[in-house]
Parts: sequence; C-alpha cells; structure tokens
Amino acid sequence: MLESQSEKTKIAVRHLDFFYGADQALKDINMDIPERRVTAFIGPSGCGKSTALRVFNRMYSLYPGQRATGEVLLDEENILNPRMDVNRLRARVGMVFQKPTPFPMSIYDNIAFGVRLYERLRKAQMDERVEQALRQAALWGEVKDKLKTSGLGLSGGQQQRLCIARAVAVKPEVILLDEPTSALDPIATLKIEELVSELRDQFTIVIVTHNMQQAARVSDYTAFMYLGEMVEFGQTNQLFTNPGKKQTEDYITGRYG
Amino acid sequence: MTDLRFRRRFWNAFNLTMAVLATGFGLFWLLWILWTTLDAGFAALDLRLFTQDTPAPGSVGGLRNAFAGSLIMIGIAVLLGTPVGILAGTYLAEFAHGTRRAEVIRFFNDILLSAPSIVIGLFVYTVLVVPMGNFSAWAGAMSLAILLLPVVLRTTDEMLRLVPGTMREAALALGAPYWKMIFQVTYRAASFGILTGVLLAIARISGETAPLLFTALNNQFWSTNLDQPIANVPVVIFQFAMSPYADWQRLAWAGALIAALAVLALSITSRLIIKGRSFR
Repeated sequence: MLESQSEKTKIAVRHLDFFYGADQALKDINMDIPERRVTAFIGPSGCGKSTALRVFNRMYSLYPGQRATGEVLLDEENILNPRMDVNRLRARVGMVFQKPTPFPMSIYDNIAFGVRLYERLRKAQMDERVEQALRQAALWGEVKDKLKTSGLGLSGGQQQRLCIARAVAVKPEVILLDEPTSALDPIATLKIEELVSELRDQFTIVIVTHNMQQAARVSDYTAFMYLGEMVEFGQTNQLFTNPGKKQTEDYITGRYG
Repeated sequence: MTDLRFRRRFWNAFNLTMAVLATGFGLFWLLWILWTTLDAGFAALDLRLFTQDTPAPGSVGGLRNAFAGSLIMIGIAVLLGTPVGILAGTYLAEFAHGTRRAEVIRFFNDILLSAPSIVIGLFVYTVLVVPMGNFSAWAGAMSLAILLLPVVLRTTDEMLRLVPGTMREAALALGAPYWKMIFQVTYRAASFGILTGVLLAIARISGETAPLLFTALNNQFWSTNLDQPIANVPVVIFQFAMSPYADWQRLAWAGALIAALAVLALSITSRLIIKGRSFR
C-alpha cells in the first residue's frame, strides 16, 4: 500500500476499481490523501486521473453505466455506499472544472447560489460570506464594484477564480480541481497556482494536472497514474527528484506521455 | 492562368446575381402582401374597431368582440400549452436525454408540429364539440393549445440541450439537488430561448383560422362565456372578406392589419430578446 507518512488521512482509497460500461478505467487504486495538503494527480491523457477525481464527489453516479467498486473513505465514511446522500457529500467535497463554468447570473449570486443550498443567512451575513470567498479567491479587488453584473462578463481567468470562490464559499472540507488551468493563459495560471498555495491551510486539495511543473510547484504529494493504475504515490519533491519506479522516471523526464 | 481567373470571376458574378435575384423574388411577394395589407388596412382603420362589435351588413361597427375572443382563447391556450410544453421539453432534455424513449417522443412531437392545423381542429371537434353539443371558446382554446404545445416543447428541449453539461455538473458539484439545478441554473441559462419559443408559438397560433372554424366558430355579439361560441379575428376576417358587403370587407382588412402588426410585434420582441442576450 502506498502511504503518506504521519499525516492525518482525509480520503482513504481502498481497492478502488472503476468501470465505464465494460471498460475498466481504474484498477485497484489504494492511497491515503492527507488532510490540509495539496495532492496532485499526474499522468498521460486517459490514465484515469480525472476519473479518480470524479469518484471523490460521486459525480460519476449521474451517468448510468459508470460504476465504482471498492471503498473511498472520507473521514472513515464510505462514500461509495449507495445510501450516501450525494448532495450532502458534494457540499463537503467541492469541485472546480477544466473550463470555467460561471452560472448565468450575477457575480454575487454565483457565489450565493451554493451557500443558499444548505445555509440560511441574513443579507449582511451573506454579503460577508461572498466578500470572504472572493477575497480567498483573490478576486475581490477586481469585482467588488460590479458584484451585480453577470459572471459571464469576466475574463477566463477571472471566471475560473469565481468558480474557486464559489466552491470555497460553501466551506467544503475537500476541493477537487480538475485541470483548472488548462484553458488559461500563463498569468492567469500563475494566479490560480498562488491561490492553491494560499488555500492549502484550510482545505484538503486534490488537483489533476497535465502539467508536471505545476504539480511540482503546487503540491505536497503527487500520485503518478498510468493506464488506470497508481504507479507511484509519495511526497512531491521525492517523487520528482528520486522516483521509485522506472515508469515514473520515464514520465517525469518526458520520455513518454 | 488568366483563363482560370476569368472562369472564377464569371461563376462568382453569375452565382451572386442568381442569389440576389432569388432573394428579390421572395422579397417581392412578401412586400406586396405587406403593402396590400397596409394600404387596405390603414384605409379601414378607425377607433370604432376597438369600441364596437361586429356589425350587421350595412351598419357601422368594429371588431371589439373578435379581438376580445382571440385574446381570451390565445390566453387560455398559452396557460394550458406552455406549462405542459415546458415540462415535457424539460423531461426530454434533462431526464430522458440520450435515451431511445426521448427519440420516440421527439419524433411524435415533430409529427404533431407539422400536422395540418385543420386536422387538429377536426380532432377537437370530435372530442369536445360533439360531446358538448355546441361550439365553444373552450374548444377553440384547446385546439390552439394543441398547436402551441409542440412548438414550446421543441424549443424548450433544444434550448436546454444547448446548455453545456459542465454547467449542470458545476451546479450539482456544489451539492444542489437535481431539481434545483434545473430550476435555478439550466432554466436561467435557457430562459431567453424558451421565452422566444413561447412568443413565436403565440405568433403562430394567432393567425390560425382552420381549427377555430370547427371549434370556436364565431359570434356576432360580445361574449366572454367560455361555454359558448366566441368571435375571433381569423374567422371574422375569413367570413367578412368572403362576403359581398364592402363595409365587411373593409373590416376584414382592418382586422388583417392589426393581426399582422401584432405578429410583427411579437417577432420583433423575440428578436430583441435574442439580441439582448448576446450583450449580457
């Protein structure tokens, strides 16, 4: 079993298999994702890293034909249990997608939408929550004078930070980032990376990325996946400087992928 | 080389000319129809149109009862047809998406969409007018609702399917229940498209004559009784235009003008809505 030393485990993955119909996309994944750390998933396209992420908030269960077996324990509770309330789960495990997905409503409402789902706040408290979320997403300064304007009017990078603010606002325990910068320019990417570093103290962050430098820059732990298998999982600096497996070394030195 | 260039130029000029001529041909008839309606309609325009009911031949009158009857029936048709159409479209796009069942329902809806309106009129005549024993506003409104339903269903379905799946996932990823995701996110994203569909559906049913002939028939007098025959603009136009009386014919032109302007206003409104959307 691949383990991270002496950290409190937030998500424990045990013998996770995943199927798209008859195709197996994840094979016997085992890992402990530590609390309040950044864990990166790297690997070539189609290796299953996004699939793994979509298991952690049960997003896959929207689609008939997709199924997961094994155990994924969030604070020791198996989220694959069919009786799990997926809406509650998703309020605890937030997600930011590859493409920015602002809702067709004002910047303010974009953030308030998620908060209103599970909390009843008075106007002043909501204002405060929105501001706090936007500050956490390093967006407050740019939008504080136009909270009532549409979220669709922001630039791509701003939209993605809005999506992060939206995820942060509901105070989740875990935030899943699915290639959050692959549609953004280098400056916007840098901002998101800085943001991830800022948020690591408060949230357990799992980030899927194609970009190995990004994984090296932002993460504490890195999981390298290949063809649906977890090849190696360990501390980021160790995995990048002294990989334990030949496959990992080949990938991070750019020999395939 | 020069030969090739010449040929290209020639074909370009030729095709462009044909395209312009074809457009002009189409526009010619459209403008002629509009002009005739405007010309004859404005000549017959009179404030009494809105204050007096349809007259007997030879006496003065207006179309007040016909306008009221049309508004009542269209209003009921919208109230009946829009919720059903929107809910059915929502079912197809959000719940049955990608299933064979959805394909079958879409196919039948398309048949209903292209069914001749006179068939709908006959259907309502058989199932409502005959058992009730008389023509009625209810029957007229029902036939209009059946004509409106497939248009609303189809636009709702299409507009919802244009909403990217990632937006749905984003809403669900925050912990939103499925129904809340639909009501607060995808409906909002598709609202302008759906509203446009409803407006165009109203424009479509407001000119329908054939189904009303079998259902609402006509009424010479002011009536708001839904169980009785009711006057309406298309049937009055039909009847008055066919009549030998000059004053009836003038009223028919006036009615045609008002109906055309109303449909034009609906189309322009829906255009403005679509345009406004792109600037949001």
